[in-house]
Amino acid sequence: MALSTHRTTTALLRHLTPAISYLRHISTDSTSTITVETSVPFTGHKIDPPSRSVDTTAQELMSFFRDMALMRRMEIAADSLYKAKLIRGFCHLYDGQEAVAVGMEAAITRKDCIITAYRDHCIFLGRGGTLLESFSELMGRKDGCSKGKGGSMHFYKKEGGFYGGHGIVGAQIPLGCGLAFAQKYKNDENVTFTLYGDGAANQGQLFEALNMAALWDLPAILVCENNHYGMGTAEWRAAKSPAYYKRGDYVPGLKVDGMDALAVKQACRFAKEHALTNGPIILEMDTYRYHGHSMSDPGSTYRTRDEISGVRQERDPIERVRKLLLAYDIANEKELKDIEKEARKQVDEAIAKAKESPLPEPSELFTNVYVKGYGVESFGADRKEIRAALP
Amino acid sequence: MFGIISHKLVASTAGGSPGQPILRAAVLAMMSNYSTATKQIMVREALNSALDEEMAADPTVFLMGEEVGEYEGAYKVSKGLLRKYGPQRVVDTPITEAGFTGIGVGASCHGLRPIVEFMTFNFAMQAIDHIINSAAKTNYMSAGNINVPIVFRGPNGPAAGVGAQHSQCYAAWYSSCPGLKVLAPYSSEDARGLLKTAIRDPDPVVFLENELLYGESFPVSDEVLDSSFCLPIGKAKIEKEGKDVTITAFSRMVGYALKAAEILEKEDLEAEVINLRSIRPLDRSLINNSVRKTNRLVTVEEGFPQHGVGAEICASVVEENFNYLDAPVERISGADAPMPYAANLERLALPQVEDVVRAARRACYRSVPTATTA
Repeated sequence: MALSTHRTTTALLRHLTPAISYLRHISTDSTSTITVETSVPFTGHKIDPPSRSVDTTAQELMSFFRDMALMRRMEIAADSLYKAKLIRGFCHLYDGQEAVAVGMEAAITRKDCIITAYRDHCIFLGRGGTLLESFSELMGRKDGCSKGKGGSMHFYKKEGGFYGGHGIVGAQIPLGCGLAFAQKYKNDENVTFTLYGDGAANQGQLFEALNMAALWDLPAILVCENNHYGMGTAEWRAAKSPAYYKRGDYVPGLKVDGMDALAVKQACRFAKEHALTNGPIILEMDTYRYHGHSMSDPGSTYRTRDEISGVRQERDPIERVRKLLLAYDIANEKELKDIEKEARKQVDEAIAKAKESPLPEPSELFTNVYVKGYGVESFGADRKEIRAALP
Repeated sequence: MFGIISHKLVASTAGGSPGQPILRAAVLAMMSNYSTATKQIMVREALNSALDEEMAADPTVFLMGEEVGEYEGAYKVSKGLLRKYGPQRVVDTPITEAGFTGIGVGASCHGLRPIVEFMTFNFAMQAIDHIINSAAKTNYMSAGNINVPIVFRGPNGPAAGVGAQHSQCYAAWYSSCPGLKVLAPYSSEDARGLLKTAIRDPDPVVFLENELLYGESFPVSDEVLDSSFCLPIGKAKIEKEGKDVTITAFSRMVGYALKAAEILEKEDLEAEVINLRSIRPLDRSLINNSVRKTNRLVTVEEGFPQHGVGAEICASVVEENFNYLDAPVERISGADAPMPYAANLERLALPQVEDVVRAARRACYRSVPTATTA
């Protein structure tokens, strides 16, 4: 990114959070280290938290901005498509929580595994999924990542280390510990991040899986994306102890500002190192979703519009990175606006292309029921009308 | 092939018919290529050897469950395996079915081939969300991106005197779910062949064993004992051929059906006994072919009657071969009540050989004294 000539930044500084304590003139080398202090410190449970000083580069910050802008745009576009009835059923949107997806990716490799629940579109993108695969899947077309057979809640990308996409609250937690079990079994020095919400944090199977993960020293990192509402129920109405990072009891935990991509990156890097040597750890990401639980929930009956706009004002993850980019002179307003325009353009193009993708062939009703179907017969609604031999 | 012929003939000669000494001699002559000493092994040994061989052949296969390791298995099915393969591959779990079943499914998504043992399938209800929603449906929902090569095994159905919460048969429940394969062995040959196939299969398999069969011995040929021996999924076996009435059964009830067939022989009724082996996929064509031959059907199972395996078999035959049925289909099943403890009530709650015989007679329009209603 071409850098403009040095500008005074005092005007910009006024709007910055006080924790950004110093600035440097950035040379044209976009990979030289910038050190940023997170605005909120980490809080540890049975562990010494990592430092608030996070190393990053101009290149990384730009990629955060670009990726989060794309994710934001994708989710907003999905909202419109749902209202236009091109997306059916359930659609759970992630806007507001993008920092968790991009911060995590910055700390790990595609050999590490991620598994999450149904708010999975942006994680899918982070793991290498494309906009076309995403929109096609949402609209139930054959070019979708699950050939249109999964839908919003069932995006997968095994090649990218993404294991879905799960509709049953909490089920992904033992599954994620199972991924970690396989990683340990194979001795491959990789870890699994299992994401769940504050609603799922009370599930019994979490504690069953966590017990085994700790007992067997599995490289499992349980990440509670605490957006403070389990559907319509606020955390204080669902949990006697909403300090989710402490709920592991004998398992250490870390509370992280989940709207700060750099803090997320720091925490995930810290957690990965911990998990490889000491077994499981819990990360609680303090985050927020702007949309309701899903597209059928306005999201304003159990929280005030002031609260929502307040978070958007004070803590929006994209705005934070924008401020950093401006403060460090890595880009100017126009360049960033252009990136957002480009994101919009990419999303619009992907949607146009996805709309052209056809619905799956009727024969796809019976494919992938098994890997090996042995030619067994399967039946449609009228078994005398429709039969298929499972391949 | 000779192994299968010899087994059939051994079974039929063991069935008690007094004759056929010439045929027997001929068979023994044919079998001279193989050792004629047909070994007898217990079902639990058959299962143990299958587990052992598959674990030896494939390092990604591992066993997990309660007491499978140091205790050597609640029913000793995994005896010796911990000593041989170590704790990484024979994993003792805490008593947390939902947790460890989910962990097993997750591991199977990432390159391993777990065998999850349930101490009984009653306890698997705590994990049934993972069996159905996490295992059975994943290959479909991901359009083939993620497959789940896992085996869920353990004793299913009634034991003896263990009461209502420990006696349910889950064959009908699991078999209704697309994405699962459901197998139910009867003999040691079934146990070995079907378990080996299940472990090698790329899809989730529910393997329904039976506690009371673990200690029963069956003859096995050298072919069965060979480490490559596998039985196909989706294929039933005709345990005994007949022409008058078809009796389908699985697991322990196959033994009852065979005993019923012996009794019916004395009344000049030749029953064809089908050992289903595979509940899902069901071998509809074999069953239907048999009914086309005999024109009469009795289904036998231990589970609850409503929406049971027999109901599906009956529907299949009525749909495909209505005109071949000369009598209504008869169903013998467990009673429609939770399993009682008292010995007399338990006996009434379970199918007995005389129930199968009576149903076969009814299907053949032989007069049967009507039962007094309670």
